[in-house]
Parts: sequence; structure tokens; C-alpha cells
Amino acid sequence: MIRLAFALARAVLPAAAARAQERVLSIGGAVTEVIYALGEEGRLVGRDTTSGFPPEAGALPDVGYMRQLSPEGVLSVAPDLIILSGGAGPAETLATLEAAGVRMLTVPEDFTTDGVIARIEAVAGALGVPEKGADLAARTQAGLDAARAQVAQYDGERPRVLFLLSNAGGRLTGAGQGNAADAMITLAGGVNAVGGFEGYKALGDEAIAASAPDILLVMSRGDDGASEGVQDDDDYLTHPAIAQTPAGQAGRIIRMPGMFLLGFGPRTPEAIAELHAAFRRQMSPQ
Amino acid sequence: MTASPAMPPAAPSRAAPRLKVPLVMAGLAVLLVAMAGLGLSLGASGLSPRDMLRSDLDEAGRAILFDIRLPRLLLGALVGAALAVSGALMQGLFRNPLADPGLVGVGAGAGLGAVIAIVLGGMIPAGVQALTGIYMVPVFAFLGGWLTTLLLYRVASLRGHTSIATMLLAGIVLAALAGAATGILIYMAADRQLRDLTFWGLGSLAGANWTKLAAAAPMMILGLAAAPLLARGLNAMALGEAVARHMGVPVERVKRGAILGVAAMTGAAVAVSGGIGFVGIVVPHILRLAIGPDHRSLLPAAALFGAVLLIAADTVSRLVVAPAELPIGIIMALIGAPVFLWILLARRAVMEI
Repeated sequence: MIRLAFALARAVLPAAAARAQERVLSIGGAVTEVIYALGEEGRLVGRDTTSGFPPEAGALPDVGYMRQLSPEGVLSVAPDLIILSGGAGPAETLATLEAAGVRMLTVPEDFTTDGVIARIEAVAGALGVPEKGADLAARTQAGLDAARAQVAQYDGERPRVLFLLSNAGGRLTGAGQGNAADAMITLAGGVNAVGGFEGYKALGDEAIAASAPDILLVMSRGDDGASEGVQDDDDYLTHPAIAQTPAGQAGRIIRMPGMFLLGFGPRTPEAIAELHAAFRRQMSPQ
Repeated sequence: MTASPAMPPAAPSRAAPRLKVPLVMAGLAVLLVAMAGLGLSLGASGLSPRDMLRSDLDEAGRAILFDIRLPRLLLGALVGAALAVSGALMQGLFRNPLADPGLVGVGAGAGLGAVIAIVLGGMIPAGVQALTGIYMVPVFAFLGGWLTTLLLYRVASLRGHTSIATMLLAGIVLAALAGAATGILIYMAADRQLRDLTFWGLGSLAGANWTKLAAAAPMMILGLAAAPLLARGLNAMALGEAVARHMGVPVERVKRGAILGVAAMTGAAVAVSGGIGFVGIVVPHILRLAIGPDHRSLLPAAALFGAVLLIAADTVSRLVVAPAELPIGIIMALIGAPVFLWILLARRAVMEI
């Protein structure tokens, strides 16, 4: 289904393979990562606010938040191809850009390993470098297979993992189903401790206590992982609701950079392996 | 609710108004033309209007000037004029210097409409979705503002008489109710929808295009054209409703006209630009200080000044973090609030506040 969508997107852009686009605007951190991984960053003329990796991308002109693009800002970097992550907008801006004759490719969001490969192939196709795309896709697929093999070998107890998006003023926001955090927990051999809702929601103290997570998973602030979050581990572990859970009592918390963990891009194999290794470390008897 | 000292009855103002009013009007008109020229010439892409005349202008350049900057400029001017005139009408109607279009529930209702479209967009019947297309949020914002105002008007009207005090209180209650409904939807919203909501509340003209302009302009132009007809009535009502009635002013018709005009203008403005506050309060007050409270000159001057202010704020919002954009609501409050405070402090004695 997803492959079909990508195939359609490519069919609409028949010139993609034939004519190399020289001025490319990347909207969405995951797309930007793929472009850098393909080694095609020389053609980038701009990026959006969510494109924080690799750090060099920060030097490109920032056309704004991906859901709040302004048509003139986008056109001012004179792109001849815009590659957008699913969810980019608003629709009025995209319609204006289309009317202005700029070629656009939207890469749908998809939190599966197949989605990672499909996204790489779609971006490479749009950039007219399908060979490089096939190469990167093959490498990424190999990485994914290796990481999943490791996960499959694990015969210990599958940890219950609670992903927390934020701890604003003691109110915790956690990940339910149908989002990148839930998908990563499952891929790395864990079980999402909370369920029954889609996306990210504020969790009540009782709901957290009832979810009884073995491990907390949170994002570190800087996307490069260099700067740690303003909330240190104790802010989470000593939270009254968490303190009573297995994770709180044993002090089990894992921190990973947001884009690395949730980006579903070329670094995802590494992220799965790293998350799984962290699960193993945390769950092994001390 | 007696006549506020900030708005004395329509007596001749202190300075010779015969000379002052045309002077201020002419100044504002010149400023509007200059600001429009500036807004059309400046932008992230560095194209100037002189390029418009070039025959070798490429497709993207033509799109920037004719399909992005021009409709945005016109929409900005109309939104600014509509919000400023709505504010002046509300303050005149309620005889209260704090009144703004938000008082009649347009703001809260439009906000609720926008939130419904953003959060529940996927659940809205396909037929409606097909009808509104990508303009679901503005359409729902407009419907929300319009329906709230009509409801409020019904609540406050009894046997053909509209009680301004009831309307004020009911407006606060309805706003609280709309706020609660909005809160429930915010709770249901996904992470990204929350960001959309935040940005909607900060206001932006970034989505301006000819389609939006064509949809919203008639409402605003109609309201702006009808507003001067209310001027005499509002002047008389500044003395109190009873006095106005004795003077032969059709008080109920003036009230109805003002409320419906404000609902149409603000509803359309909020629908296409999101939450841009401040214009409706600041513009009429500055103008009252400059040319006095006579609505016959205040309303057209407010339209001109509102348009100037909004175009100026939008130009800043497009340039300050280019190629990205800062929401216009932020700029408006950031420039407007200190200026207004300074004027208040400087003229404290005159305003008697």
C-alpha cells in the first residue's frame, strides 16, 4: 500500500530520474537525514525547523516550522524541488507553491521498517539518484535485519516501557499507540506500558502507577545528543506516580536523542540496536 | 454603564476639528499607500514591484508578486480595517472603552469553530469536507463566530429590545462555555494538532490567496461600507439610550446593525487570519485622542489606520526571521502594547483614567 503510494508519487514526477534537480528544499527532519545519508546535501538550499541532524544542516536557511510554511519564504530560497515529510503544510501554502510551478514530492509518514526503506527510495528517486538510493536502502535494510535478529535472539523478559514526551510541571505526557515511540519500543523488543489511546496524551498519576513500567524512555534535548535535557533523571524517577513503579524503584531510565529515536530514517537500525542493548542492560539482574 | 469619560458625547473636540480631521485622514491615506507600496516591495525573496513590469519574469517571480504578496496585502488591509472598525463600533455600542469584538462572542465562537475543524477535521462528513476543501478551518471559524453572535443576540433580545448589559454578561458566559468546549477538544488533540492550534491563535496571513480573499472580502467590505450609516446613531447613544431615543434615533436598529456588522467583519477577519488581537482596542483609542470621538470621522479613520497597522505588522512578520515567518499576533502586541502604554501615560490627564 505504502509502496504503491510511493510508486504513484514517482509516476507523477516522470522527469525525476532523467533531470537532476539542483536546488532542493528539504522539509522534515527525516527527509533531511536521508538526503545527507545519500551524500546529496550539496544540492540543499534550505531546510525546515525540525531538520536538526546532522548538525551541518543547521547552517542552511530555515524556512520555518514544517506545518506553518509561508509561500514566499519557501520560494525565496528558489527551490526547483521540494521534498516534504508527511504532515507538512498548511494546505493553502502547498497549493500556492504548486501553482507557482515548483515540483514537490511528499514522503508519507510511516512508522515501520518497510517505511524507512520506502522513504529512502522515494527521496533518492526524486533526487534522480536511484542507484545511490538502492545502495543506502540495502545498507539500511541490512542494519535493520541485524538489529531485529539481535532482538529476536533475546529470550529474557520483555520489559514494559513507558515513553514520556515531557514532564511539564509534574504533568507527564506519555506515548500511546500509533506513533514513532510505540513503534520503536516494539521493534527493540519492549512492550508499551500504556495503551488505549492514539498519539501522545497527558497521563494521570493513577494511570502511570497502573501501567507499572519496568523502564522509562525519555528524549534528551539536543538532537545531536550532546546536550542533556533540562530535566534530569531524578525529576522523572522521583515523580510521585513513577516512584512506586518498578522503573522508579530500580531507577531505570533510558535517554536518547529525539530525532535519532523517533526519526524513522537512516539511523533507525542503529537506534533499534542501541535501544535494545539499553533494554538488556537495564533488565539484567544487577 | 454610564457614558465613559474616555468618550464624551459628540461635542466639538478641543482642537479645531474642522482642520484636524481632514489632515489626519489625508495623512492616514498617504500612509496607507506608502505602507502598501512597502509591503509589496519587501519580502523574503527580494523581488521588487519594478520586477513586475519585466517581461522576462519567471513563473516563480510572477507567483510571488501576484499570487502571494498582492492578495496578502489586500487581505491584510481588509482584516486590519475590519478589526479596527469593529472595535470602534463595539466601544460606541457598549459605551465602554474596553469593549472589543471579542465581547459579542465572535472571538470565542470562531476559536471553537477553528479548533473543531483542526481536531475533528477527519470526522467531519466527507460531503462537507469536499465542499470546504483545504478551507475547512476558515469556514468553520466563520460559522462559529457567526452562530455565537446570533445566539448571543437572541439571548439578549426580549420583545424587540436588546439589553446591552445582558449581552455583555451573556457574552462572558458564552465565551466561558466555548472555552470549555475548546478545552475538551484540546485534550483530545494530537501533538501536531496542538501546534496547529497554537499557531492559529497567534494569527497569520501566510495562507492568503485570491480564493480566500474572494471569499472573505465581500463580508468585510459590506461591513465597512455599512459602518458609517451607524455613526450618527452611535454619537447620539453616547448620551445614553433614553436620550438617543428622544432625539429620534432608531436605537434598536443601530444596535442590531452594529452587532451584525461586527459579527460579519470580525467573523470573516478572524476566519482568514486567526487570532489577531489588539487592533480593535488600540486603533480607535489612538484616533479618539487625535481627532475626537465623533463616529462620523472616527469610523473611516479607524478603517485607514487599522489597514496601515496590519500591513506594517505583517511586513515585519514576513521579514524579521526570513525566510521563516513570525506570527503576526506576536508582532502586533510587541509593537502595539508599548506604544499604547506610552500614549496612555503621556495623555493620562486628558484620558482621566
